[in-house]
Amino acid sequence: MASRERLVVIGNGMAGARFVEEVVARGGSDRFEITVFGEEPYGNYNRILLSSVLAKTHDPEDTFLNPVSWYEQHGISLRVGVRAGWIDRQARHVLAPGGVVVPYDRLVIATGSTPFVPPLDGVYTEDGAFKEGVFAFRTLADCDGIIQRSSRSRTAAVIGGGLLGLEAARGLMALGMEVHLVHLMADLMETQLDPTGAAILRSTLERMGLHIHLERATTGIRGAEAVEGLSFSDGSTLDCDLVVISAGIRPNTDLARQAGLAVQRGIVVHDDLSCRNSEDIYAIGECIQHRGVTYGLVAPVWNQARVLADRMASGSQAIYTGSRVSTKLKVMGVDLAVMGEKEAASDTDEVITYVEPVSGVYKKLVVRDGRLVGAIVMGDGDAVPAVVQAFDRGALLPERRADLLFAMDGQSGGADVADLPDDAQICNCNGVSKGRIVAAVKQGARTMSAVCDATRAGTGCGSCKPQVQSLLELASDGQVAEDPSIHYYVPGVPLPKADLVRAVREWGLRGVSAVFNALADGKEDATSKPGLASLLKTIWGSEYEDERDARFINDRVHANIQKDGTFSVVPRIFGGVTTPDQLRRIADVADKHDVPMIKITGGQRIDLLGIPKEKLPAVWTDLGMASGHAYTKAFRTCKTCVGTDFCRYGLGDSTGLGITIEKRFQGIEAPHKIKVATAGCPRNCSEATTKDLGAVAIDGGRWEVYVGGAAGSRVRKGDVLCVVDSHDEVLMYMGRFTQYYREHARYQERTCGFVERIGVQTLRQVLVEDSEGICAQLDAEIERAVEAYVDPWEEAQRPDHPTQFAGALAADEK
Amino acid sequence: MVPINTPTRGATHNLGPVGQLPPGEGRLFEIGPDAHLVAVFRTRAGAVYATQAQCPHRGGPLSDGTTGGTILVCPLHGCRFDLATGGGPLDDDCEALKTFPINANAAGELILTL
Repeated sequence: MASRERLVVIGNGMAGARFVEEVVARGGSDRFEITVFGEEPYGNYNRILLSSVLAKTHDPEDTFLNPVSWYEQHGISLRVGVRAGWIDRQARHVLAPGGVVVPYDRLVIATGSTPFVPPLDGVYTEDGAFKEGVFAFRTLADCDGIIQRSSRSRTAAVIGGGLLGLEAARGLMALGMEVHLVHLMADLMETQLDPTGAAILRSTLERMGLHIHLERATTGIRGAEAVEGLSFSDGSTLDCDLVVISAGIRPNTDLARQAGLAVQRGIVVHDDLSCRNSEDIYAIGECIQHRGVTYGLVAPVWNQARVLADRMASGSQAIYTGSRVSTKLKVMGVDLAVMGEKEAASDTDEVITYVEPVSGVYKKLVVRDGRLVGAIVMGDGDAVPAVVQAFDRGALLPERRADLLFAMDGQSGGADVADLPDDAQICNCNGVSKGRIVAAVKQGARTMSAVCDATRAGTGCGSCKPQVQSLLELASDGQVAEDPSIHYYVPGVPLPKADLVRAVREWGLRGVSAVFNALADGKEDATSKPGLASLLKTIWGSEYEDERDARFINDRVHANIQKDGTFSVVPRIFGGVTTPDQLRRIADVADKHDVPMIKITGGQRIDLLGIPKEKLPAVWTDLGMASGHAYTKAFRTCKTCVGTDFCRYGLGDSTGLGITIEKRFQGIEAPHKIKVATAGCPRNCSEATTKDLGAVAIDGGRWEVYVGGAAGSRVRKGDVLCVVDSHDEVLMYMGRFTQYYREHARYQERTCGFVERIGVQTLRQVLVEDSEGICAQLDAEIERAVEAYVDPWEEAQRPDHPTQFAGALAADEK
Repeated sequence: MVPINTPTRGATHNLGPVGQLPPGEGRLFEIGPDAHLVAVFRTRAGAVYATQAQCPHRGGPLSDGTTGGTILVCPLHGCRFDLATGGGPLDDDCEALKTFPINANAAGELILTL
């Protein structure tokens, strides 16, 4: 067996330690003999949490990522408290004080950065140490010193109004001090915020009691032995007995410079993260300069660590192409997210802003070609997840930009998850706690689908997904992996819907197996089957090759499975209008088959619950009624009110219209269920405005046609697609919309999400004004689907397979 | 539902023709005088598997599940199991399934060993 390569990592901070972890996770301990130099006397720790340590909301132990024993466990030689002193590139050695010589085959420099200390008078004592009461804010030792000093101090000053300075100020205020923030520039956090945002942040922080001094150039630190105050260039002074200097960071490049590697602002690296003019030396983290950019946030650093580990330990050809940085932080309790560009770059860029100065809310979107290229969201944590997601994915924004700026009704709470206790239930369908979701992320689930798979959170009604997403981002410290499958129609076939449809048509793929064979290397995926079956049936109609195993059990036996394995039977009662004869038959069937429960449904139907599978054909036959489709992703029911027949307010014949609608569209499959209602007047007794499709009569013999309503786990009032004069037109537009939805929605995307995604303006153009010239075709397609309808309960007489409705089959019959 | 009784160990049972199961589907079988219930699956590739009838999660009828290759998805709450690894669960809160040896004989009949 070949001997292991010697891999030496200089630096055990956020970059170096993460890189070693990533290498180990790829089985790299077998390939490499790893040595890590760490200057600080610990295993590695999470520097991001330092302000929480300062604020005493976290113990220092909470910040440790890997203890020293972790290194031992993985056979890594860790040299803590040792500062690598020299790289000998000819001999391929790293030298350190005390005669330490470590040979390397590959060397990774991850020396990080050092706080920048501006040239002020009186910072240092004669022996070169900081004057008593002066601190940087970079290490656990700094935190410890600040906390100790704070017990003897009343007033603190922070020099620097950037991100880290504000974090330090937050920590000091939490320690009960009077805190002054001194900033050279006119705006706080000027790298991330625009002037408006900075001004709002300033007044919010001032209201919290922080004293802010802008455009103040500090010239010196006063006090003979210990800090007594600051002096400024305008001759003024400020009394204080503790000073934290947080004036930015400088990449640590000395070691690389001495070794003759190319150094500008940082160590210059290529896209493969190798140093210029060197084949065996790499660099990652805050010490590097890549494509002219240096980074001071953790997400890009970890991204680099991953890319380099991929290349070295997995032999991949991954390259680092730079990072789109989005930062989410709580500045002294104020939720703030900043990403990308903060100003428009040209006249064609679109800038959307929303400001509430008094409550400290500021939101700004910079949009280019319909996509988000930058954003600031302050003071509204609920709006953050959607904005960050839009930025990260680079997807087209919703037509109504406001949908992105404001968390949708009933979807709030996404950002508050950080404050919840571990036992708080997040997924109310599956009873999944915050603690379990966080644990799954810590164990390596780094995408939404991985987290949902591992915990089943979000797999019920799905309304907790924004919170799960927030927890994922929180628990992975922002290191969420790109999940390409979110763009796929179904997880098991790596194609978005439009591409999938094209391939299906082009290759003539008429069955689910054919799709797996042609487009997924023959690999069947159980969870993808029902979605594919639905799509193929929509595309091919009667030419669809029906493979029954691709259907969910409900669609194999045309009834809705219940918790005990029995089924529910809902016969078709058009428009919810029944007759004594129907009711008598239903009552007789219930008696004859000992039906355990008879229930009036939310959709104005009668549900017979608790029917064993083997009894389904007999129950259907005895009912002599058609399937009500209360079990499938298809047109379900049309609820009606009594309209003009009896109601004294009725303006239109909602009952007649509802029955006609239901007779026409019954059972037509779609990406998700379609619930419909008609209301005879705007009082909306049948709740038509919160259905997938609704028609509401208004005075003058006209009808409003609603699309995209919902009243389930999400509540949304539908949008008026158009206002029409006749039942026939209502039918036409409902049919047209349904066909468009069938062709363009993702599997399991309800109409509410679909309408928001496409935009009702676009829908009006396409479906009412016929802007794409496809209306005639949509009308023809839906007509074809209507004509192809067959009552599935006819399988009572002609089963698809002899054991289709079998209960338990007997063994040993021979 | 019928409770699961303890089967007689090592006994073989003829479940009849494999054609009782459409490709890719499962069926429930009642075995022996004590009516022990077993879920039997036939993959599209032609392999057959036998497992306990109820999902360890919340008792879902596994024979009504959806299969994809050797992966079985319970119809009630979507718990997933790999039939090829003896019913190993793919979700972190579910136990493995009990599985039983099953084969098709020369006559195309399913022979199950409990």
